[in-house]
Order: sequence, then structure tokens, then C-alpha cells
Amino acid sequence: MSTDQSDVFALEAREAREVARREGRPLAETERIVAMVEADTAQEALARTHANEEISSAAAPGYREPMIINLGPQHPSTHGVLRLVTELDGEVVRDIHPVIGYLHTGIEKQCENKTYWQGITLVTRMDYLSPFFNIHAYTQSVEKLLGLEVPPRAQWLRVMISELNRITSHLVWLGTSGLELGAISIFFYTYRERDRALDLFEMISGERMNNRYFQVGGCADDMPPGFEKLLRQFVTEMPSRIDEYEGLLSQNPIWLERTRGVGALPAEQLIDLGITGPALRAAGVDLDLRKARPYSGYEHFDFNIPVGTNGDAYDRYLVRLREMRESVRIIEQCLDGMPEGPHIADDRKVVLPPRGELATSMEALIHHFKLVTEGFSVPEGEAYSAVECPRGELGCYVVADGGPKPVRVHMRDPSFVNLQALRPMAKNAYLADLIVMIGSLDNVMGGVDR
Amino acid sequence: MSEYRNLVDVACPGSVVDEFEGPGDELTIEIGRDRIREVCQFLKGEPAAFRQLSDVTCVDILAGNGRGDRFRLAYQLFSMESGDRLRLRVWADAGQPEVDSVTGVWATANWHEREVYDMFGVRFSDHPDLSRILMPFDWEGHPLRRDYPLGGEEVKFSDAV
Repeated sequence: MSTDQSDVFALEAREAREVARREGRPLAETERIVAMVEADTAQEALARTHANEEISSAAAPGYREPMIINLGPQHPSTHGVLRLVTELDGEVVRDIHPVIGYLHTGIEKQCENKTYWQGITLVTRMDYLSPFFNIHAYTQSVEKLLGLEVPPRAQWLRVMISELNRITSHLVWLGTSGLELGAISIFFYTYRERDRALDLFEMISGERMNNRYFQVGGCADDMPPGFEKLLRQFVTEMPSRIDEYEGLLSQNPIWLERTRGVGALPAEQLIDLGITGPALRAAGVDLDLRKARPYSGYEHFDFNIPVGTNGDAYDRYLVRLREMRESVRIIEQCLDGMPEGPHIADDRKVVLPPRGELATSMEALIHHFKLVTEGFSVPEGEAYSAVECPRGELGCYVVADGGPKPVRVHMRDPSFVNLQALRPMAKNAYLADLIVMIGSLDNVMGGVDR
Repeated sequence: MSEYRNLVDVACPGSVVDEFEGPGDELTIEIGRDRIREVCQFLKGEPAAFRQLSDVTCVDILAGNGRGDRFRLAYQLFSMESGDRLRLRVWADAGQPEVDSVTGVWATANWHEREVYDMFGVRFSDHPDLSRILMPFDWEGHPLRRDYPLGGEEVKFSDAV
């Protein structure tokens, strides 16, 4: 830590103390530990280490004062700007204190000052690895408040693209997790496939990332010509690619050694901590919102929910790989059984008129103008709807007051909730395993901090 | 009257203030402020079996509810057995907003409540670690309050252009 940086930190710690004093309360747990680690210059830290050694030798034999170190926020293995204040006893982690918020962008606040359709662009940027799921949760809530029916073809398109997004998200997780454990080649393989999927996203939505494809009422456009053929090619090849990944890792002694038995918690504790998604399913709980509360026509698809037994990092790896295979199956069923019909609802008060009509229809022009400038109004009420995103339950809570702007948009992001499991997991584990645990939880900091 | 309201009414008499249905299959039960922990404890166990708390969040209603309250908290409960969802609503006071923490009932409430405290300034009594979570510790004000201006933060380096 450079002197300049520690000066800034020390300032924040002093101010935290100052704020607590002004409010007439003691420091909360996280504030205390952060103030403690931040108040040090390098010299002070050395002096404290020497003092600790004296305390340790004076205390009971075998007792050691923990060493407190800052892991992050800029650390490549923390999947973004996650900071962990870690209490170490040699190589063993006694306790960790996650400090988040470094990527907070105030999207929820901004949504309150934008119309409903503008909000779609913002929510896409929360969890940047699963943009389609963010919009899906948001548009579902708005549609619920409007009482708007989504046509079957739009539902199928949404399912198809969501499952493709699930594959790309898991591919990023697999590649980076391998990278962290020294399995470098897996990264090139997974990013090869991911790039092809991003090409498909670009074809259908015009964007490779942060795709604004779902709209309130359906999807922005139908499949472009040639898309179906390329997607079919992708899903035909994908199972053999997943076989390749398994060939690289599933029997790899180093991978097994590093992931087996790491980060396991009992299923009961995971449920209490609100954990959802692969992290929960790896512990043997078959909770998947696509089955538990089917949405967007998921009840019409035939797929399995992969579950694990031990709930360790290896089981999470297996569950995610099998989920990719199930996603491939769902996409195939989408392509085979894609219903005919419109790709977006036909409610001119909410949905933009087709571009071609603007040149010939006065009504269409008026609707277009009203929708773009003022936006559509949503009846008063509150709605919560959730989708099963690659990390678990992604919920969106929208409160409307009858006007064109929401009163409140809140995202229940699974990364935020799942990160809470890290502390009980990491207690009394090796520091090296902590990195595996962070990787296996698959948190995206854009979703944690919003 | 819904089945869940009946259950709560019988187990915790006098705790239910009101009930709202819709849109869709959504059900909201409004609970008296001082009864929230007791009701949550009951709903978590049998027969309701809401073993998972999906979310805790808050809405700032500046106009209030006519009883001097301003902050409307929403607890999203989820039952893994039946797939049912239930929303609990609690109002917090405008001046000194404080509600009982449910971290003792569901451990997951810890960070959700910290976020509500950070963003709205609603305090949770008996919370194990009530500190800011997304904003810096020395931040002044609570950004998601409706009277907190958007763009209230000074833009850094704006004199450089």
C-alpha cells in the first residue's frame, strides 16, 4: 500500500468515527474493522505487528493475534471491485468482512427520473453478464402492473435468448474460474464459444453486450434472416464443446484437489441466507423458478434441473456444466416449436408502432411521438416478479403511481444476496481456497453494487 | 380474505392492519410496526413455511399514509414448498424511522436491511451490524429518499474541461 493511498483510507476511517460520534452511537462491526485496517500507515502497521507479537507471547501458549489484511478492491481474483478485509492466522482465514459499493452507480435512483421505457436501458447495465435477465425481470413487473399480455412468439423468443445468455454467462464463469486456478487454456476455449454467441446477440439485438432487446410487451424485433440457421449450428456444436471442457477439467487432478470439499455449507443454512441458483442446487435443493413458478411459457419446455450432493465448489461446477446442456435442449425446443404470430403486443398505448406505418398513418405518428416524449403511464400499484438468472433469483420490484415514471425500481440481485454466504464459508478455510469460493459463487459486482 | 391473512390473524391476533390483492396473483399484508418480527417468525415456520426471504426494500412516499409515516417497507417472502409468494408491508415513521430487524429470523435480511438503512435512513433495532453498505461510511444523507436531489453530488474534474 502506497503512503498516498493509506492517507486517503485513514481519512475515511476518521470520518466514519466522526459520523458515529455525531450520531451518538458506537461503530458498527464493519465500520470498526474497516477503520482499524485503514488507520494504518505502513509504519503503524509494522509497529502494531510487533505489539501483537508481544501480546501473543504473553497470552496462552499457541495463541496468535490475527493479522488483518486488505484483499481488494483491485484484485484480479475478486471478479470486479470486491474488497475483503481478512483476518488471517497464518494461512487460515479466521474471518472476513466484505466491503462492497465500489461499483455503485445509483441506477435505482436514476430509474425514478426516467420513463418506464428508458429504464430498460439502465437495468441492463446492472449485472453485465446477464443483461437479458435484468430486462426480463423489469419488463415482467411493468407488464404485470399494466395487465399486458405478451404474445406467445415473444415469450418463446425471450426464453430462447435468455437460455443463450445463460450459456454465455456460465462460459465466462468457467473461463475465469479456470484462470484463477491456473487452468489457463480453458479460458480460450470458453471465450471462443462465447464470442460466437455474442455474434448471435448482435444479429438479433444490434448489440454485443447490454442488449436492449426485450421491450415492455414483447421483443424489439423478430429473428433476422439467417439467424435460425446460425443458432442451430451453435446448439448442435455446443454439446461437443461442453464435452471438451469436461475433458479438460472433470478428471483433472489439480482441479479436483482445488475444488472438492471447498466452500460447502449445509442446505438449511444456504436457504436461511437466501442463496438461490446453482450455489443452492449444488447442495441438493432443486429450487429453480423456471419450475417452481413458471414464467414466460417455461411450463411448455422439457428440461431437467441439475442438482449436486455436497454443495462444494466442484458440485457447483458440475451443476453449471449440466445447466448449459439443459439450456441447449431448451433452445432446440424453442427453434422447433416457435409459434407464429407477432413478436410484440399490439397495444398502441404502450408499444411503439411499426416503423413503416409512421410514413402513412397520422395515428401511428401521434402514438410514436407521445410514447417517445412522454412515455406510457402505468396504473398505481406495486409488483414483484422474478426470473431464474444464471446466478439465482433475479427479482424486480416496481412501484407505480399512475404516471409515466416509476416511484421505485428495486432489483433483488442474486449476486448481492449470494455474497453473504462467503463469510460463513471462508471461516477457518485456507486463504487460497477463499479465491475458489469467490469464483464458485459467481458474483458479478455490477449486480452486487447496482 | 386470503388464507394467509387468516393464518396470521389467528396466530398473532391484532397484528394485521390491512390486506391488498393484485396485480396478478400478488398478495400484500400490512403488519403493525411493532409486530413484524413476531409475524415473520410465525410465517417462517409451519404451516405457512415461508422458509426463504427473497428481498427487503423500502419506498419513500413523501405524502405519507396519513398517520405520520413515510417509509413503506416491503418484505418479499417465498415458500419453496408451495411456490407461493407473499409481501409484507410495514410503515416506518417520517421523523425517526425505526423498525425491528428480522435478521434473527432469516440471516439473509442482514444486508438487505443495511441497504435500506443506507439508502433511506430507516434504522433497524437489534441489527447486528447496522452500517452503510453501498455508500461510503462518511456519506451524508440517504440517496434514495425522494427529497434527495438527483445530481446532488459534485461532479469531479468538471473544471478541467
